[in-house]
Amino acid sequence: MVEMFTLPFMQRALIAGALVGFLASYYGVFVVQRGLSFLGSGLAHAAFGGIALGLLLNFEPLWIAVPFTVIVAIGIFWVRDRTELGSDTAVGIFFAVSMALGIVFLFLKREYTSDAFTYLFGSILAVTWTDIKITAIVVLITFLTLPLWRRWAYASFDRELAETDHLAVERDNYILSILIAVTVVVAIKVVGIVLIAAFLVIPAATSRLLSGTFRRMTIISVIIGFLSAIIGLWLSYYLDVPSGAAIILLQAVLFFLAMIFKSINKN
Amino acid sequence: MTEPAVEVENLSIKFEDHLALSGLSLQIPQKSFVAIVGPNGAGKSTFLKVLLGLVLPTTGKVKIFGKPPLRVDPNLIGYVPQFKTMDRSFPALSIELVYTGLTRNWPWRLNKNTREKVFKALEQVGAAHLAMRPIGRLSGGELQRVCLARSIVRQPKLLMLDEPATGIDAIGEEDMYRMLEVYQKQSGATLMMITHDWHAATHHADYVLLLNRKQISFGTPAKALKEDNLRLAYGHIGHEHALKFLVNSHG
Repeated sequence: MVEMFTLPFMQRALIAGALVGFLASYYGVFVVQRGLSFLGSGLAHAAFGGIALGLLLNFEPLWIAVPFTVIVAIGIFWVRDRTELGSDTAVGIFFAVSMALGIVFLFLKREYTSDAFTYLFGSILAVTWTDIKITAIVVLITFLTLPLWRRWAYASFDRELAETDHLAVERDNYILSILIAVTVVVAIKVVGIVLIAAFLVIPAATSRLLSGTFRRMTIISVIIGFLSAIIGLWLSYYLDVPSGAAIILLQAVLFFLAMIFKSINKN
Repeated sequence: MTEPAVEVENLSIKFEDHLALSGLSLQIPQKSFVAIVGPNGAGKSTFLKVLLGLVLPTTGKVKIFGKPPLRVDPNLIGYVPQFKTMDRSFPALSIELVYTGLTRNWPWRLNKNTREKVFKALEQVGAAHLAMRPIGRLSGGELQRVCLARSIVRQPKLLMLDEPATGIDAIGEEDMYRMLEVYQKQSGATLMMITHDWHAATHHADYVLLLNRKQISFGTPAKALKEDNLRLAYGHIGHEHALKFLVNSHG
């Protein structure tokens, strides 16, 4: 077990895993309580479009994927707020367009790229120090915006009540959606595009089963996200399976254990 | 002369090509109790949303204590929404919901001073025993009390209630009106309440605003709820029901 920590790629993966585990599970509580579970999936596929563009241009894919996904996130909320379409419809449209763009970009590259599979399913071998630096910046921004938790929580409970109290709910929502979009992008190498939505949702949903207050839900979600990412990466190394799948399956086990615990408690 | 709590001048609201409200002009004196009545889709909730600054007037002017709604200190306004629109699956305790009324934010922690104020508001509405109960486990009447505590915890000078009696039994309803009257007496607040309950409008309100996409009438209950006005608001069949009720309730 100690040997694992001496391997440079594993050190990078564990640091990145811990950071994205924290980020995804923190923002996940807002995603779950606002009924935006589909958003994570939509943003991950939007990120695919950005990554494919980066690969086509032979540029660091994350640098392209971050602004690309942020623009899509803003677009989703803009369409939702200015039309009568629901979030799921707006996500569905942007999801499909970004995916289609990604396919076109990869097709235009006209050469096989194994990188695309890394981004689709996640790989602990793929995490670089650049990825960790970008993720650390997002973590830092998250700490700086911690006071917004109270406003986001209030608007998550009831947007209208928050607006009657003159909170800038729309502006706050844009900040939240940008941070969720960036979180999705930085989590891609560890978890993979295909499973990122679950990474946002499962820790928060598990925590919801165990919590009576939103504060407690946030704390438990972060603990689950953080620990499951580290233990999942360890399992991924020992079982030699893709890191994203290992983390998500571990989180799923915790979710079902929480459900069993809750039903036993109820009875 | 004190300025009116609410001043509305030639207000109209249009949503795309749909005229939701037109021709509203009225002044609501401070410390009065106003019932807003009218059939479904009459624009009652839209009117409250204009006063809350959630909907902007298409034409006309609205002033709350002499200022446009978005410039008024939110601490002067209390609002009780229709509780059926609330997300009761949200992980929250009653005490946290009341807290939002005091600080206009969701609580991370409750300090001692805040906690005392919140408990006092819950006590005022007879709901102190519900403080630590999750909102998902409250009955309709209990949640309504907690929402009422949330709205009065900041001691507002204008309290707006959107159908507060929905889902409450007759005893609970009378209890709620009694609590509102006690609060009004103690605080000198102005109360505005949307209701489908003509009994409440005639027995508890000083003024009635009768709407049906426009201002049908505004005045004392006897004046505002005249037969002609009811016919205009509810149509032929609806107004007969209203009249029967009013005759029964007033003899």
